[in-house]
Amino acid sequence: MHGLRLTAWAVLAFLMVPILVIIPLSFNAEPYFTFTEGMLSLDADAYSLEWYAEIFNNEKWLLAIKNSFFIGLCATIIATALGTFAAIGLSNPVMPFQRVIMAMLLSPMIVPLIITAAGMYFFYTQLGLSGTYLGVILAHAALGTPFVIITVNAALSGFDHSLMRASLGLGAPPIYTFFNVIMPLIRPGVISGALFAFVTSFDEVVVILFLAGPEQRTIPRQMFSGLREQINPTILAVAVLLVVISGLMLLTIEYIRARGERIRSGEI
Amino acid sequence: MPQFDLTTNSNKVQSVLTVEEMAQSRKIQRRRKLIAFAFVTPLLVFVMIAFIAPIGTMLYRSVYNPTVAQLIPDTLEALSDWDESSDARPDDAVLNRFAVELRQLAIDRDSGKLAEEINRGLPGSSSVIKATGRKMKKMDPALLSSEGASLLIATKPQWQTVEIWRVMKKSGAIFTDSSYLTALDLDRNSDDEIVPRDTQVYIQLYLKSLKIALTITLLTALIGFPLSYYLATASPKTANTLMVFVLLPFWTSLLVRTTSWIALLQTNGVVNSVLQYLHVISEPIEMLYTEFATVIAMTHILLPFMILPLYSVMKGIDPSYLRAAMSLGAKPIPAFIRIYMPMTVPGLSAGALLVFIISIGYYITPALVGGTDGQMISNIIAFHMQSSNNWELAAALGSLLLALILLLYWIYDRLVGVSNIKLG
Repeated sequence: MHGLRLTAWAVLAFLMVPILVIIPLSFNAEPYFTFTEGMLSLDADAYSLEWYAEIFNNEKWLLAIKNSFFIGLCATIIATALGTFAAIGLSNPVMPFQRVIMAMLLSPMIVPLIITAAGMYFFYTQLGLSGTYLGVILAHAALGTPFVIITVNAALSGFDHSLMRASLGLGAPPIYTFFNVIMPLIRPGVISGALFAFVTSFDEVVVILFLAGPEQRTIPRQMFSGLREQINPTILAVAVLLVVISGLMLLTIEYIRARGERIRSGEI
Repeated sequence: MPQFDLTTNSNKVQSVLTVEEMAQSRKIQRRRKLIAFAFVTPLLVFVMIAFIAPIGTMLYRSVYNPTVAQLIPDTLEALSDWDESSDARPDDAVLNRFAVELRQLAIDRDSGKLAEEINRGLPGSSSVIKATGRKMKKMDPALLSSEGASLLIATKPQWQTVEIWRVMKKSGAIFTDSSYLTALDLDRNSDDEIVPRDTQVYIQLYLKSLKIALTITLLTALIGFPLSYYLATASPKTANTLMVFVLLPFWTSLLVRTTSWIALLQTNGVVNSVLQYLHVISEPIEMLYTEFATVIAMTHILLPFMILPLYSVMKGIDPSYLRAAMSLGAKPIPAFIRIYMPMTVPGLSAGALLVFIISIGYYITPALVGGTDGQMISNIIAFHMQSSNNWELAAALGSLLLALILLLYWIYDRLVGVSNIKLG
């Protein structure tokens, strides 16, 4: 048992150390990716906030931040709306070709991004959508939908479709039925699906590399070229900010999940 | 009394319904199906246009190459009467027409495109075409249409050979399997037989990608298993707390994690410094930009995909099985291997397939930390898309990769069921 605990902690360290190590490095006063003598002897002068200041003084990074949030939010709205509806239809036992359609709708998650990106480059260029916000948003929305389907589908397990029919049969308009009968039951699934869809877009870089023009540069795209061309600790500062954002996302998801479990077990 | 069966047996319900009622029931059933379908349709249409159509275009591009046909339509038309199996080059009339077309291409600065395409079929011909193009540019088109053949041959003797014309005619085909042949390291010889190429590139690369993906899968299983087991057997409070350490990396941007590995593995990086400080090594080891960097960074990135399904399966295993085996006299280790491990197979196979499917098509991490020997098949696809502009080959390589992934996806669906995928 002792050996097991040691192994488990070693694996946890392997998971966490690479993420934690960039935090002190991002406060490096020197323009390197390494710990300096001064940093190790905890000399205050060896640390600085200049790389964080650099992010907010650099137009490229500011544009990238703006783009990431704009593209991410637009893609999330499309993916969540379409994915939620589709999941409701797919969870209905009478749905024809359920398995085939499900496999097809989940395929954007499975197909390697390089293939998706190459295909989208060919196809979107023909439609005049490459190098436009619309093109990037549609591409990211398509990549996010599988996650919405999966989470909403899970929230719908045990959903009684006769509730919907009952509401409609009693004269409620379909929109009222959707927002007041279905939505309260699947809200946790919809929110976590939306978060997944947002993170998918927020993280995505391969499709951006092929499809986006200089105006649509996002944070990961900016990091990618930074890592390829000129490595400097601004990237580390951005990385730390992204870790903080992922931490917040994780907390939100866990809160929603715990709440959803309590709702299902009847505590709330 | 059939009426009493109404609530218990739906088959009997039908038997007591009249014909009209049955028609009515079918109609309602159809209506429900339509409603369910109406919910799915918007997304289905969206995914068809935004995702399936692009993939279809890529498959199409792998056999469709109109470049040469668009560049020299006149020459190709003239070449269609020439028998490429003969030992004589096409007659002067064909060469004249080509000389005129090449002159126009050189003026439009398109002769480089033609050179690039023909060079793929006949290495070395690029300079022949470019040099001839520059010469033809200065000529009078009227002269070329009568004396083009001799002028071509005077510029470069290669125009006298049969080889270059064979390749020109072959490259002129709009639909071709040549990209697939290249992608599989095959070629057509002059007798139209399919033979292996002298230099094997892509098969090696596929095998290497498979090897890297398999290594990563094994590593994630090897180090994911003990952690999952520890989490599954720990108290719920400990497990929930420690789970954060698995989920935080899972939620962290993959660019961030790749950046971290660059910081860790570079020559003056953290790993080398620590090893030197501990006197394990005296000189820094080159770890970044190697296959090792690709494998370790991707193992880190994909580990949560192994742990999450494994953990959820292990949590459902009743520990009393193991206790029962041991109380019946089994030693702990054989009991663990023969009783507990088989029950974890569903989680292990789900995690392994997921990790394998994701890693086989990985692009970003190998591109950033892999150097030259840590590149995978995706990187060469990106290279042919962006640098060499050989889109047909990129599409053919992508299609083969897609076929492999879809096969694995199908197996995953059989084994695990795609609708059983859980997140977080």
